[in-house]
Amino acid sequence: MAKTETTPATEDKDIDDAGSQLSTAPAEEGGQSVPGSFGGVRAPGALGALAWTWRETTGWVRWFWRQLTSMRVALILLFLLSLGTIPGSLIPQTSVDAVKAENWKKAHETVAPLYDKVGLFDVYSSVWFSAIYILLFTSLIGCIVPRTWQFVGQLRGRPPVAPRRLAKLPAYTTWRTGAEPEQVLAAAEKLLKRRRFRTRVSGDAVGSEKGYLREAGNLLFHIALIVMLVAFASGQLWKSEGQKLIVAGDGFANTITQYDDFKSGSLFKVDDLDPFSFKLDGFEGTYERSGPQRGTPRTYEAHVTYRDGADGAPRKKTIKVNEPLETAGSKVYLIGHGYAPVVTVRDGQGNISHQGAVPSLPLDGNVTESTVLKVGDYRDKDGKKDQLGFKGNFVPTLDLRTGTMLSQFPALDNPRLVLTAYRGSLGIDSGMPQSVYQLDVSKMKQFKDKDGSPFAKVLKVGDTMTLPDGAGTLHFDGIKPWATFQISQKPGNTTALVGAVAALIGVAGSLFIQRRRVWVRAVRDADGHTVVELAGLGRSESAKLPEELADLAVALQPEAPPLPEPDPADSADSSEGARA
Amino acid sequence: MTSIAAAANENMAEISNVLIYSAMAVYTLAFLAHIAEWVLGSRSAVGRTAAALTAPQAAAAGTAAQAERQGGGTAVLERPKVVTRSGAGTRDVPDGPGAAGTSEKGDVYGRIAVSLTVLAFLLHAGSVLTRALSVERAPWGNMYEFSTTFGMTLVAVYLGLLVAKKNVRWLGLPLVTTILLDLGLALSVLYTDSDQLVPALHSYWLWIHVSCAIISGAALWVGACSTLMYLFRDGYESRLESGWTGRGLDRLLAELPSNRRILRFKAHLAKYTDSFVMRLPSSATLDKFAYRVNATVFPLWTFTIIAGAIWAEAAWGRYWGWDPKEVWSFITWVAYACYLHARATAGWKGRKAAYIALAAFGCYIFNYYGVNIFVTGKHSYAGV
Repeated sequence: MAKTETTPATEDKDIDDAGSQLSTAPAEEGGQSVPGSFGGVRAPGALGALAWTWRETTGWVRWFWRQLTSMRVALILLFLLSLGTIPGSLIPQTSVDAVKAENWKKAHETVAPLYDKVGLFDVYSSVWFSAIYILLFTSLIGCIVPRTWQFVGQLRGRPPVAPRRLAKLPAYTTWRTGAEPEQVLAAAEKLLKRRRFRTRVSGDAVGSEKGYLREAGNLLFHIALIVMLVAFASGQLWKSEGQKLIVAGDGFANTITQYDDFKSGSLFKVDDLDPFSFKLDGFEGTYERSGPQRGTPRTYEAHVTYRDGADGAPRKKTIKVNEPLETAGSKVYLIGHGYAPVVTVRDGQGNISHQGAVPSLPLDGNVTESTVLKVGDYRDKDGKKDQLGFKGNFVPTLDLRTGTMLSQFPALDNPRLVLTAYRGSLGIDSGMPQSVYQLDVSKMKQFKDKDGSPFAKVLKVGDTMTLPDGAGTLHFDGIKPWATFQISQKPGNTTALVGAVAALIGVAGSLFIQRRRVWVRAVRDADGHTVVELAGLGRSESAKLPEELADLAVALQPEAPPLPEPDPADSADSSEGARA
Repeated sequence: MTSIAAAANENMAEISNVLIYSAMAVYTLAFLAHIAEWVLGSRSAVGRTAAALTAPQAAAAGTAAQAERQGGGTAVLERPKVVTRSGAGTRDVPDGPGAAGTSEKGDVYGRIAVSLTVLAFLLHAGSVLTRALSVERAPWGNMYEFSTTFGMTLVAVYLGLLVAKKNVRWLGLPLVTTILLDLGLALSVLYTDSDQLVPALHSYWLWIHVSCAIISGAALWVGACSTLMYLFRDGYESRLESGWTGRGLDRLLAELPSNRRILRFKAHLAKYTDSFVMRLPSSATLDKFAYRVNATVFPLWTFTIIAGAIWAEAAWGRYWGWDPKEVWSFITWVAYACYLHARATAGWKGRKAAYIALAAFGCYIFNYYGVNIFVTGKHSYAGV
C-alpha cells in the first residue's frame, strides 16, 4: 500500500494544498513518538494516579498502533517476511519432506537440536514466522480501514478548487483567445467530462480529477491478500490428506482406516471424509528408452473405476500426473508407482500359507525394489507352528553383465526376484505395530545352504524356490503394478483462487492507473482578451501528464482559438515557471 | 514415433545447436562493437562535465511544439507548449549523450553493434524454434531450454524498447555481456539433449507459467540494469554538485590523506568510471525507467506465481507447499513489493529503494539458477 505518497514538492502552499488532498494517505506523523509522558499533570491521590496510568497506557497503545500501521514498520515487516522465508528453503522442512528432514537431523547432530528449538524444521508454522505475518497483516488492516473511509470520502466529495497560481504546477500551459471566459469554461467542462474526468466549476476555473480506480485497485489488492491468507489458513485447518498404495485389481473406499498415511488439519473431523470409492484397474508407465535421459518417465497412467457416494454408478477414469480424479469434494492424485511380485508360499505340510501380491518399495530411479514378505501362519514339515520371513529385491530389469544386482531400467524388461529366507519369530505377535516393509530378523535365523552359506535364490516368473530341509516353497506367480494415490480434501481452494484473481486485478489497477488532476482557468486580461490556463498535477511517476495536458489543450482550442502571441514582454510571465 | 520422424527431430536438434553457437559468435562481435563504441566515445566526452553543469532545462519533458494540421486545412493549430516543473530535490541534470558520446565513429560502431544484435537475435530465435520443433512442445522443459529462451526474450525486450524509440541504447553492452554469460552457462553447465517431457510437465500450464516467468525475468533484468546504472549515475551527479569530477576529483585525490583508503579507492574508481557514467542518461531518467519497468512486471510476476500455484494444485495436489522454488518466487515477490513500497515512503526513495530493487533481482536470479543448482526440490528436471 502506497501510504505516504508525497506530492511533487513545491514551495507554493497552494500546490501543497492541492497535492495533499490528492495524496490518499494519512499524513505521516512526526514528533509524536517521544517516549514517556503523554501530556497532562499527575493529580494527587489515587484517582489522579489512575487517570495518569490510563493516559499513559492509552498513549502507549496508540503510539504502538501508529507505529505498527506506519509505512516504515510495514516495510520492515515485509523485509523480515522475506528474510524469514529463506531458512525454510535451505533447511529440509518436516512438513514438506519428513524423511529428508530426519536424515538432515541425523547428519548434523550438533546443530539439529538448536535448530529444532527455534523451529527451523517447521519454519512456516513457527512462532516467530507467524508473528511476522500476523503483525504484517494487522498493520495492513490498520492501514486499509482508514484508507477505505478516506477513499469513500473522496468519492463522495468533489474535485478540489483550482490553486491560485496554476503556473506553479508540475505541468502547465496557457494561451490567449478571443472567446468568452464562460464559453471556454463550459467547453472545458464538457471536454473533461467526455474524457471521464470528474469535474467541478467554481469561480473562474474548472477543477477535475481522474483515476480513482487506482486507489480502488490498491484497496482491492490488499483486501484480496487478506482473503488469500484466510483461505490458506482455513485450508490448513480443515484439510485432510492421505496416501494409499493400491495394487492393480484392488480397491479403496474413502474411510480413515483404509489409508496408509493420513494427515489432517486441527479442525478436521473424521466424518468430514467424502464418501467415494475406486478400484485400480491397471497402471501404465513408459520410459525414455535412449539418450542421456534413458529411464526418465514419460507417461504415467492409472486406469480406475470409481463410484461417487456409497453406491453410485461405476465410472471409468484415467488419472495422470497433471489430471487428478475429482469426485465429491476430494481429489485423487497419482503420486507414485512400483511393482508387486505375486507369490504363493506353501508350508512344510504343502498347504498354502500365503498367496498374493507383495508391494515392494522402489529404492532408485530404475525401480530396484526392496521386497519383504512376512508369513505368520506357517507349519514346518513336522507340523510345528513357526513363522517365515522373506527379504530381498525385486529388479524389473536385471542385467548381470553390469556386475550389479541393481535394475538397469524401470520397465519390466527382464524382471527377477532375489530372495533370502528366515525362520523364527517375526515379532508381530507382541502387538507392537511394525512396518510391513521392514523385516526384523533379530529373533530369526536365516536359512543356510548345504555348504553353510546364506540361502538365496534369483527367480524368474514361474520359478519356485524350495527352502532347505523341506521347510516349504515359494512360487513366483507373476507381477502386478501398484500405484500410490494422494487423496486430498482441501476447503478454501476456491476462495484462494478468487482472492488471487482479485489481487491480480487490484495490483494491475493500482500500478497502471494514474490518478491526476487538471484545472482549467479562463479570465479576462487587461486587453479584453481571455487568458486560458491549463495545469495538471499527477501522483508521482505519472510521466504522461504533460502529453495529456497538451492533448486536452489541443482539444479545447477549437472552442478557444489562440490569438497570435503578443509582444515578448508579456510571455515572460508564462515562461517564468520553467525555471525551477 | 516412427524412426524417420525421430531422425528429423534429431536433425532439428542439431540445427538448433549450430544456430545457438552461431548466435553466440555474432553476439561476441556485437560485444566487441559495443566496446569500440564506448572506447571511441570516451575520447569525445572529455570536457563535457562543465557543459553538463551549465546545461539548460533540456531535461524538461515538454512536448515540443508541432504544427498540427486539422482536416481540410482551414485551421492551423499550434500544439501548445507544456511547461513542466520537476519536484524539489531532483537535480535537473540532462541525460548523457549515449555510449558514443559525440564521436561519429563511435556512433557507427554502436549502430553496427545493434545490427549485429538483431542478426544474433534472429539466429538465437531460430535455435529456440528448431529446438521446439525437434521436441514438438514448448522449449522450456529443462534449464538449458529455459536459459536460451530467457536470453532470447531479453534481447527481444531490448530490441522492442529500441523499436519503441526508448532511450535504451546504453543497455547494449550490459545486455550482450549478460546474453553471452547466460548462453555460456546454458551450454556448459545446463546443457541437456533435446528430449521429451517428464509427466509432471505435460500440461498447458507449462505454456502459461513458464512463458510468464521468462518474460518477467527478462524485463526485471532491464529494470535491475537500469537501477545499477542509476546508482553509478547518482553518485556521479552528486559529485558533480560538489565539484568532485574531472579536475576537481584530481584535486580531491591530491588532498586526501593516504590513510583514508576507502574514500581514496572510491575516488579512484570514480576517476575511471566517470567518463562512462557521464554518457548515461540522467539518474532521474534511469530511476524512472527502472521503476516503470519493475512496476509493469510486478503484476505479471504475481500472475506467474498464481499460475504456478494452480498448476501445482493439479500436478502435486496442493497449490502451495513451500517447495524451494515456490519459496524463492515468494521471496522475490515480497522483495519487489518492498521496493514498490519503499519508493512511496519518505526516507527510502532513491538509493535505498535502488538497493532493494537490486536485492530483489538477486532473489530472482537465485530462484532461477541457485535453487536448481544448490537446492533440490520439485522444480528439478533433467538433472538440474
